[in-house]
Amino acid sequence: MSARKEFAAGAAAISPVLAAAVPIALLFGTLSVSKGLSVAETALMSMTVFAGALQFVAIDLWGDPAPLGLLAFTALVVNIRHVLMGASLGRSLGGFSPVQKYAGMFLLTDEGWAFAEQRARRGTLTPAFYFGSGLALWLTWNTGTLAGALLGASMGDPAAFGFDFAFTAVFIAILTGFWSNWRTGAVLLASGAVSALVKLAVPGAWYIMAGAAAGIVVAAVLHAQDDTPDETDRLMPS
Amino acid sequence: MSLDPQAVLAILAMALATYLTRVGGLWLLKLANVKGRTRAALDAVPPAVLMAVIAPTVFATGPAETIASAITLAAAFRLPLLAAVAIGVASVVVLRMLLG
Repeated sequence: MSARKEFAAGAAAISPVLAAAVPIALLFGTLSVSKGLSVAETALMSMTVFAGALQFVAIDLWGDPAPLGLLAFTALVVNIRHVLMGASLGRSLGGFSPVQKYAGMFLLTDEGWAFAEQRARRGTLTPAFYFGSGLALWLTWNTGTLAGALLGASMGDPAAFGFDFAFTAVFIAILTGFWSNWRTGAVLLASGAVSALVKLAVPGAWYIMAGAAAGIVVAAVLHAQDDTPDETDRLMPS
Repeated sequence: MSLDPQAVLAILAMALATYLTRVGGLWLLKLANVKGRTRAALDAVPPAVLMAVIAPTVFATGPAETIASAITLAAAFRLPLLAAVAIGVASVVVLRMLLG
């Protein structure tokens, strides 16, 4: 496939996420302005941070003057899952130049990463596919944020339309693609149970790291030498 | 349109911290010998992270969200992604009305 077709395929793959991202981006822009950030500051945050979960937490913590240290530390905690995601995805970036790798990582999101992993498991992840999906989401997120900030507080509650559930539904659908055997079930059970319990017991975003860690530990413990995965060839270093 | 210097600095600090978490995985990968047990652990990262992100909504928000998650899961095994998501969103709206 040509690079242009791969780019379009990336954008097409992530299109359900784009539809789900629009109301969330509008909501973020609206809330951000209502918390006292200017339209320009709101737009700057979406352009440079580009991390939905963190941005909602950040405007919740916002004040005048902006608590710089607290916000930077919160960014590390909320986004620490990116380290795991990057380490996993890094194995599939054999066709990327160093510049493409470091520019591409700026566009890393839960959604873009999930589609990239799925693409890599089914064949080869090309830079064009990755940037097609990543840039499509970046543009959508920023357009939606700006529109929301300009519209101000005229938006309704997205929960009334079930849009708040859209991301959960997308992730459930993507998860079905990762099923291979009973070990996958054990990993999901450990991750889901620990995440839900930590979310109930501990404030903040620690539940993501705790749940992910539990699932990863279970995978390592259950690992058997005879369990040969079928995608060995794609893991060869370039 | 206005930009407060302290706000801009805070936003850029968040952007830098976030970018560090995004490239950090690439640096860690170089230290990891991707074989055997390590390999099994890394392979489990995508499903484990995705599950951890959604688990509070799926298991600990309310019966509407839990049932809608099960409906979405059943739909996702049979239908394209967008159809499964549409069914999930529609079912959560209906279930929230029914279950209050």
